Amino acid sequence: MRLLVNKIAIALSSLTAILGLIFLGWILITLILKGSTALSPYIFTHDLVNNGIRNLLWGQFVLAGLASAIGIPVGLLAGIYLQEYGNHTRYADFIRDLSDVMMSAPSIVIGTFIYAIIVIPVGHTNGWAGIAALFVMMLPIVVRTTDDMLSLVPTELREAGIAIGAPKYHVIFHIILKAAKVGIMTGLILAFARIVGETAPLLYTSGSTIYMETSLSQTFPSMTVSIYNLATMPDEKLVALAWAAALILTIAVLALNLIGRFLIKDRRL
Amino acid sequence: MEKLFKLFAQLSASFVFVILVATVIVLYITAKPAIEEFGAHFIIEPRWGVEVTQNKPTDRTPAGATANSGTTKSAVSDHTSTTDNSTADTNSSDNTIDDSMDTPMDDSMDNEFGSDENIPMDDDTDTGQANLPDTAGKNTKILYGGAIPIIGTLFSTLIAMLFAIPVSMGIAVFLSEIANQHVARPIGVAIELLAAIPSIIYGMWALFYFGPFLASIFGGHSVSLLIAGLVLGIMVIPFMAALSRDAINTTPDVLKESAYAMGATKFEVIKDIIFPYARAGIIGSIIVSLGRAMGETMAVAFVIGGVFKFAHKLTDPTTSIPVVLANNFAESSGISMNALFYLSLILFVVSFITIFSAKYFFLRRH
Repeated sequence: MRLLVNKIAIALSSLTAILGLIFLGWILITLILKGSTALSPYIFTHDLVNNGIRNLLWGQFVLAGLASAIGIPVGLLAGIYLQEYGNHTRYADFIRDLSDVMMSAPSIVIGTFIYAIIVIPVGHTNGWAGIAALFVMMLPIVVRTTDDMLSLVPTELREAGIAIGAPKYHVIFHIILKAAKVGIMTGLILAFARIVGETAPLLYTSGSTIYMETSLSQTFPSMTVSIYNLATMPDEKLVALAWAAALILTIAVLALNLIGRFLIKDRRL
Repeated sequence: MEKLFKLFAQLSASFVFVILVATVIVLYITAKPAIEEFGAHFIIEPRWGVEVTQNKPTDRTPAGATANSGTTKSAVSDHTSTTDNSTADTNSSDNTIDDSMDTPMDDSMDNEFGSDENIPMDDDTDTGQANLPDTAGKNTKILYGGAIPIIGTLFSTLIAMLFAIPVSMGIAVFLSEIANQHVARPIGVAIELLAAIPSIIYGMWALFYFGPFLASIFGGHSVSLLIAGLVLGIMVIPFMAALSRDAINTTPDVLKESAYAMGATKFEVIKDIIFPYARAGIIGSIIVSLGRAMGETMAVAFVIGGVFKFAHKLTDPTTSIPVVLANNFAESSGISMNALFYLSLILFVVSFITIFSAKYFFLRRH
């Protein structure tokens, strides 16, 4: 009887595992099949107005890139503070908790927040608002990874640095950051991968446009928002384009994740 | 130089705090007109953007009744979901806008408050009481209420959890206890990668494949509460499974080996040794996933329908807070915009509470 129950339980567990994998495999297969039909060199050289996605790729990359350009230094500094200066103080623990909460805040709420402080005063959606929204999304992730990675650096390294008379910022820049370099890089890549795929905070902050746009104070093209708009269009061609864009986005995100994973592996060896 | 660097670092750290506080304050300020206009009653009001004529003063609803709804968020959520049926019934007659709608509405409110006596009165409801005479004086006003999206959010999250928890636990146990290393490692990596896929991909897949597939089985529309819930479930499975597997893997081998040595079967080891040991971590992973599912916009926006109606059946379309925010934001202004910010604030506060309880569970383990 006990053996029977055991067999049934193990079978059920394996079954749910297979079920879950079937769903996830189903998503990937449809994505690849549908996405590859519309893939062609044409869509990379034309804007959305001509049924291409060039401006979307550009827009998403610029938004996520500039958000990282602001978010990474601020997040790094905050993480360094938490681990090197304020460690074990109540304030640092408090900030740590808050950044964890912020990491899980609904992305759409961040969108509404940015809308209220940037889009309403300006009067229309613009690229800066999109960057700000992605920055708020990214900051807690960077803080968290920097904090975690610095905590892995052995205390002896810090003591050795201080013992030879180096000032603390020197120790941080030349010893600790170098020791934690790979881990932090991985975290940054994963954080970038996370915000590249975000849609909700961009919906009404950057908006999206079908034209090429280089001015950040105007409505800025965004790939994810455009996927959302295109997928609900009745035109088959536009839907196919949305699938192609979705495939490219997924490949980019997965590739970034794989790179991060290999970096971790190298570190362990 | 040293001082400067420390100062910058401290400023950056404080920035996290500033942003979070600013979010709450900005959301509160922008939502303020709506909060003053509708008070805590907003949470149980099922109508959205409906113009109401108020010929008679609202003396049938005592001021204390409005105050009742201003209790803690969880109490209100429970209360709204239990009285879902009564509001859903009256809502069907509310859909036609006519002057006689005062009557069913009042009845429904009486019903709700009648079943509500065990909830303690709250002091913090000045706004709710203060605006009653004010609103009674006007002849018409446009009502905004968050009950439908709030209930939609609760139910879609509930369906997601009912679906995701058994499946993720199955996967987590399979990966850590049943499968051998050669199978478990690639599957584990695959699942972690799937957790990174943008949610909009899940939404698109659901709109074009999963929705029609389910509709052909259960009948009904290809956009519905059921589909939205299941898509959310599928979306959080990789996330929940990976976290639970990590929690399960922390069980010391010595404990398991002792149990096996006593002659326990694998199932008994899992049930009596691993789950109790990893309980805090597993519950934490469930709550974090819950927070994710609750605030998820894009996966749901495609498939929930986005209509302001209660779902009488599982296969009916309805709406949820993030979807309302996503769909209605662009064309809103004035009081409806404030009402949207109010919804956003509610979502933020609820997710805040969720994450803090998750941290509590995680912290207790360490």
